[in-house]
Amino acid sequence: MERKFDHQLGDLKQDLLKMGGEVEESIALAMQALLERDDALIEQVISGGRRIDDWEIRIEEACLTLMATQGPVASDLRLLTTMMKINDDLERINDQAVNIAQRAQVLNTMPLLKPLIDIPRMGDLARNMVKDALDAFVRRDVDLAKDVGKRDEQLDGLRDQIFRELITYMHGATGRPDMIDRAIYLILVSRHLERIGDNASNIAENVSYLVDGHIVRHQKEDWWEERGDQSDV
Amino acid sequence: MSEIRGEIDDPFVVAEIENPIVEVDKLSLYYGDTQALYDVDLAIPEREVTAFIGPSGCGKSTLLRSLNRLNDLVESARIEGNVRVSGADIYAPDYDVIDLRRRVGMVFQKSNPFPKSIYENVAYGLRIAGENRSSVLDESVEKSLRAAALWDEVKDRLKDNALGLSGGQQQRLCIARTLAVEPEVVLMDEPCSALDPIATVRIEETISELKNDYTIVIVTHNLQQAARISDYTAFFYLGRLVEFNQTQQMFTQPHLKQTEDYVTGRFG
Repeated sequence: MERKFDHQLGDLKQDLLKMGGEVEESIALAMQALLERDDALIEQVISGGRRIDDWEIRIEEACLTLMATQGPVASDLRLLTTMMKINDDLERINDQAVNIAQRAQVLNTMPLLKPLIDIPRMGDLARNMVKDALDAFVRRDVDLAKDVGKRDEQLDGLRDQIFRELITYMHGATGRPDMIDRAIYLILVSRHLERIGDNASNIAENVSYLVDGHIVRHQKEDWWEERGDQSDV
Repeated sequence: MSEIRGEIDDPFVVAEIENPIVEVDKLSLYYGDTQALYDVDLAIPEREVTAFIGPSGCGKSTLLRSLNRLNDLVESARIEGNVRVSGADIYAPDYDVIDLRRRVGMVFQKSNPFPKSIYENVAYGLRIAGENRSSVLDESVEKSLRAAALWDEVKDRLKDNALGLSGGQQQRLCIARTLAVEPEVVLMDEPCSALDPIATVRIEETISELKNDYTIVIVTHNLQQAARISDYTAFFYLGRLVEFNQTQQMFTQPHLKQTEDYVTGRFG
């Protein structure tokens, strides 16, 4: 029996996925602004960010309305709560993309410190994690979700590598404060990308709850191999 | 706790219960040629609330009535299998049915107070058991009315006719009357279906209090009510027990698609 509620849930899911598409695009644009030193893209990311904030609120309101009016249980309940959580994570990912664009705005005014190698790799990795986490949600694919979680370790590894490398640069930059500025901004970019990975992993973990009702947060070593730290720098 | 019993091609999921007070063993029930229950195996945990849910005609009320042999009153009814309460087979030929109905009380869908005073309604069970000492009766009436969360509303008018109470109060009076004989198990057949939402909340709160001392089995068509007040839920369909598990599990991640479809309102 097709219920009106099924259509409402379907519409909500479509909205959430459209928002996910925009968020992926934001990450891509922010990275392009940084790598191609293209200031025109920065404003695009920032204005897109405001649109996504509005979207997040609309989706949350729609979820709350359905909670209140439909009293969802079982798979309906899991889908609705999962969508609310994904909505949160997408909004945070979007904030990180805006942060990257703002770092690019400063970095683009300075000469390049060094050719960027690991940061573009981190950008691709993080964006693909977001894309695959959303695909795992749509296809209810727990294996793909686990794979997203595992990739978070690579992202953490790259961030650590960038930290070490840029700290070494700063140690050798006595009397060159401009080099220290550039290094710090790049460290921040790597930090933003690493946070995107954490949020993508959260989305992936929610897929497990959606599919089989298991909450795997904080016990992911049982679910996939242990991931890197999530502490704030 | 929520262990799956049976083979993969066996569609039934029944949780193991460690502290059963009622054990239903391969119970089938027939009204004449019509079979109403098929091989029901179910253990009801002591001092918990167990809800029976399922579409109309699924056998949930029939099973409830089998637990204190109310189906004996239906001439064409006969059963196979057995039901044990505290270990004793209640369908054994020498089993005392009067005693059973004291130990396993029943609250019906429509409140049915006697046209007597509030006091006499509650004291009735003890009086017919031969108790006439007013101190014992007074104490029992107060205790039962308190347990049914009605005492504060009626303590100053115990001699008034019970039929002057509101619908919700009458239903709580019937609960008090059932509790006065100190049953082990209280069966409730849709006890809130004739009540407004406020009266329903009062009964639900009463049920939550009662489970400290009693085992409650409730039949309800209100799924949200089952989710709110019960610890275990049994889902019946076409005379069969389909799934029995902790309520939290039944309403977040039921094992079977049939249960899922029923609790989410896809059929019923």
